[in-house]
Amino acid sequence: MVGTGRRCCGPSGATPAMNCRAEVLEVSVEGRQVEEAMLAVLHTILLHRSTGKFHYKKEGTYSIGTVGTQDVDCDFIDFAYVRVSSEELDRALRKAVGEFKDALRGSGSDGMGQISLEFYQKKKSRWPFSDECIPWELWTIKVNVVNLANEQERQICREKVGEKLCEKIINIVEVMNRHEYLPKMPTQSEVDNVFDTSLKDVQPYLYKISYQITDSLGTSVTTTMRRLIKDTLAL
Amino acid sequence: MDTDLSSQDRKDLDKFIKFFALKTVQVIVQARLGEKICTRSSSSPTGSDWFNLAIKDIPEVTHEAKKALAGQLPAVGRSMCVEISLKTSEGDSMELEIWCLEMNEKCDKEIKVSYTVYNRLSLLLKSLLAITRVTPAYRLSRKQGHEYVILYRIYFGEVQLSGLGEGFQTVRVGTVGTPVGTITLSCAYRINLAFMSTRAGEDNAAVYPSVEDSQEVCTTSFSTSPPSQLSSSRLSYQPAALGVGSADMGYPVLFAGGLNAAHPHQVLLIGPGKEGGVPPVPNQPAHGTQADQERMCTPLDGVYYSAATPSSSEDTETVSNSSEGKCGSPHDLLETIFIRKVGAFVNKPINQVTMANLDIPFAMFAPKNVELEDNDPMVNPPESPETESPLQGSLHSEGSSGSSTGNTHDDFVMIDFKPAFSKDDILPMDLGTFYREFQNPPQLSSLSIDIGAQSMAEDLDSLPEKLAVHEKNVKEFDAFVETLQ
Repeated sequence: MVGTGRRCCGPSGATPAMNCRAEVLEVSVEGRQVEEAMLAVLHTILLHRSTGKFHYKKEGTYSIGTVGTQDVDCDFIDFAYVRVSSEELDRALRKAVGEFKDALRGSGSDGMGQISLEFYQKKKSRWPFSDECIPWELWTIKVNVVNLANEQERQICREKVGEKLCEKIINIVEVMNRHEYLPKMPTQSEVDNVFDTSLKDVQPYLYKISYQITDSLGTSVTTTMRRLIKDTLAL
Repeated sequence: MDTDLSSQDRKDLDKFIKFFALKTVQVIVQARLGEKICTRSSSSPTGSDWFNLAIKDIPEVTHEAKKALAGQLPAVGRSMCVEISLKTSEGDSMELEIWCLEMNEKCDKEIKVSYTVYNRLSLLLKSLLAITRVTPAYRLSRKQGHEYVILYRIYFGEVQLSGLGEGFQTVRVGTVGTPVGTITLSCAYRINLAFMSTRAGEDNAAVYPSVEDSQEVCTTSFSTSPPSQLSSSRLSYQPAALGVGSADMGYPVLFAGGLNAAHPHQVLLIGPGKEGGVPPVPNQPAHGTQADQERMCTPLDGVYYSAATPSSSEDTETVSNSSEGKCGSPHDLLETIFIRKVGAFVNKPINQVTMANLDIPFAMFAPKNVELEDNDPMVNPPESPETESPLQGSLHSEGSSGSSTGNTHDDFVMIDFKPAFSKDDILPMDLGTFYREFQNPPQLSSLSIDIGAQSMAEDLDSLPEKLAVHEKNVKEFDAFVETLQ
């Protein structure tokens, strides 16, 4: 479901709109911790940015499904987090994080990169113009991969990264509870411009994940993966 | 204050706040049960899931929460508090966290109750789910069991943070503005996890602060162990995560385990965290050695120091010193409680050891005669070992009993190996010798030097012939190789 190559937006979403809220988090982790650390942060964000499935009724009102949650223990970090109980969502995030991790490991990378989670709204345009994607919240997680020499350092890293992630979760929650801009609850015809309705059990806001790897020369190679709405038409 | 609020909105708001309070308690208590929580998402609304979140209701918890609320709602000056504490199998307890649901006077008249307030309360509950996993008590609660349990207590009224010790940290989960006030959810958690508990004769209830203003007090424990096991189980030992950069790590976690009931003090040392972050708690489960009655093992820097039945005053002084010096002075402990551990079979009379009880394994084998320190093999090791080991001597069945007395200066007392029920007169060799000789299979003949040398010489001689044969069949070999490709 991620990155089938169809574009729904005009220019790349790398440049946020003027009223887009941007938050940056930084973590230093060991190579084998990258995946779990990224999943912990992304899942925590998406926990707050997902609702139950909307069921519209005739009078224009709607009812909302129920979001379940589950605890996840990390294997390489002394840390546990809560995620939405949705296997589809978990798979999508794991796929994105897996690609990011592989890119970080790839040649030319000095272990630095960043993964971005962008929430956007679609604004329908008339033909022949393509729909516009307007980001309203951008989370960037900067990652620095460290190499450790021995088991003792690894053990310390487990604990330290666990503590750092606790701080990140607190930061995320603080941002979420500022109650700043959120898209208006849409009508039935507009729901796909605000929410990702492709999942069967939960409904996150429209989002896309992209990442950048800093190679050893200091230049950045952008790889963007686009997340699509199921009824987007290619022009 | 609420004249602008319609009666329906007011009713809805009260209902939202009430159920929010109940769900808050459920989330907090369930997060401290020590188990992983998992609830399913449902695309079809069931109508019974408040705030569109699947949060199970434990009936007992709901009952206690309702009892505490007693029909009231959180309001200004009246907060709902959930206190999380730890209780050890020895009966000592310590407050870990206080979760407070408070209301202040700051009103948001413009906000829509049935929509915005409801959704924001839902968001706040999600934040609570996340935050309950990042405070230190979460990891403690996941490891609860025989050694300690986590308890909760709900009270309504003024928030009491004095039981959290000095320097407690606060994390704000979030706020939701409503037309009647702003709801705030926060957590104050203990940083300094050190406490001194006293044994019988002292009132342990003093550790637990009294709740004067609360209307309802309840204490319920969730434990993975049945109550009968709690009284007999011991604190298990958790080694400290010391090592490189201990200054950066904050302070290690030490549980001085296994002190028996005779000791007047028992100390749990858990140091403060660094940079205001959560204190480090080692990942190791409680797998540390169960200290027995006689020794107190305190591994610092990975070295175990053992004390043989330490006198109680000395012991506690040692441990309390270490609590002041935090992790920085393992040598203090070393000086105070270290005794020279006497090795097995060492020829050392008991009265020469200065400390209290001596604990020599196999003491009965040690010669009883008094020796000066000059003759002590630990101090002056014997210069040259015997030419052949006593074992080898007995292998050849040469008066093996002669080695049994051993050299009085040797570190080892040799005992002739006489297997039970063996008799010398029936078999040409005794059972022990037989066993020693045939314990291992004989060496392969091809590995012995003489035979090996012979076969090698033969091989070398036959090489030219073999090469000639192979050269004739070159084409066959090539064809075979090609079939493999």
